[in-house]
Amino acid sequence: MQELKYLIFLGCVIPYRISSYEISARKVLEKLGVKLVEMPEFNCCGFPLDPVNHDMMLTLAARNLCLAEQQKLDIITLCNGCFGTLNHVNRELKEDKKLKERVNGYLEEIGTEFKGTITVKHLIHVLAQDIGFDKIKETIQKPLNPLRVAQHIGCHVVRPGKTVGFDDPEHPTILKNLVEVTGAECLNYTDEMECCGAPIIGVNDKIPLQLAREKLDHIKAVGAQALITVCPFCHMIYDLNQPRIERTFNEKFGIPVLHYPQLLGLAMGFSPDELAFKQLRVDATKIFTNARAGFMLHETHVESRVINSL
Amino acid sequence: MSKNREIQEKETEKRMVLKMSDMDPKFKYEISKLPGAETILLCFQCGTCTADCPIARFSDFYRPRKLIRMIQLGLKDTLLSNDVIWLCSTCFTCIDHCPQDVGIANIVRALRNLTIIEREMPVVYKELASNILKTGYAYMIPRLRLKKRDEEGLPSLPKADLENLVKLFDLTGLSKTLERLGT
Repeated sequence: MQELKYLIFLGCVIPYRISSYEISARKVLEKLGVKLVEMPEFNCCGFPLDPVNHDMMLTLAARNLCLAEQQKLDIITLCNGCFGTLNHVNRELKEDKKLKERVNGYLEEIGTEFKGTITVKHLIHVLAQDIGFDKIKETIQKPLNPLRVAQHIGCHVVRPGKTVGFDDPEHPTILKNLVEVTGAECLNYTDEMECCGAPIIGVNDKIPLQLAREKLDHIKAVGAQALITVCPFCHMIYDLNQPRIERTFNEKFGIPVLHYPQLLGLAMGFSPDELAFKQLRVDATKIFTNARAGFMLHETHVESRVINSL
Repeated sequence: MSKNREIQEKETEKRMVLKMSDMDPKFKYEISKLPGAETILLCFQCGTCTADCPIARFSDFYRPRKLIRMIQLGLKDTLLSNDVIWLCSTCFTCIDHCPQDVGIANIVRALRNLTIIEREMPVVYKELASNILKTGYAYMIPRLRLKKRDEEGLPSLPKADLENLVKLFDLTGLSKTLERLGT
């Protein structure tokens, strides 16, 4: 089989505060034989500036695409926001000649040009399509049954459906299938496609917290032991902000939120320490200790932290 | 009693009656020229966007259908001075569900772009823009975090070409906007 090689686009949020996602993703991708090449140079994907100046967003994204074109590599992103933006701009510039001309007009001034020779993929696309479920299955050493989890795929990796053109934006199955490969059961719950609200948290923090509370309520109702995400923004809302949500609404959730590669990594036999479980805000120890007999992971010790004192 | 009713009626009138003098009939065309907003005239006000909008469920003010109608009516001044346009979380549910293929979230983005050119911008976007201009990253990554990457065995972060970034900020007109808004 041909070696899988990608240019890894980390974005801004992951190096800023969610490195557990990066650590675990690099671990599982290495195990699957994927080679990651670092960006030679970097600027933000452009997503945060789309509301400010659309042309600036296009140009920032296109510049990153040019860097990938020069390396002759497809891009892999871990962040839904980066994927949404880079993929959208890549497709739009490939299809719309006039737009390409305009953006290339800006890029010419810094000595580069968008050609349209690469593809942008999210981690879950690489896992499900390029690597494939069969290959992933081969690497599973400690199936996670009887663990029962819920998944939140996020918005920008499936919507707008026409632009992303991948999976069903109403009922996406890709992350569910990826969860089930690990041996864990993936539970259905109410309103799975509800947005986390992260993009507006700088303008209004009440609405995202209400959205997140509702999501956590729905997940709790079906008895999920953990929530699985594939985006640092979604993760930040459900994990980092969970104590705040509990305080605000005087409700107790205590639902651990794992990055998908952390879940996959456990099934591959990595220890929670190797997968940076300690960096999670909501204690994830209990998913090992609460699991019924037969679930082998409780053998691995995870330092437990008190988050319930709020 | 009758006085109360009088006050009530006056308030209702204030809310319901639009003055022709407040409307700019050309505004919808101005918006439809912006990328992503070309479909504004196709909206027939079915309300699917508002019904399916997660933000509208929790906000008393954010109603995508209403925003589109206000553009069609040409209520430019009300729209550009209204904080409500900053509440869209860009989940794109409205775009996927619209039976007329109206790019609702993109139209809201066009409104935001226009507001920034003609009026103000929320502080958070000023910060994000200035961070990107200074470092290439949307957030100022603390030095401690960079050191921690070494300890965690992660490769060092790629750097931005700041000279080129400044050029792009200038070319797209963003530098000028930021300067005008005192950032």
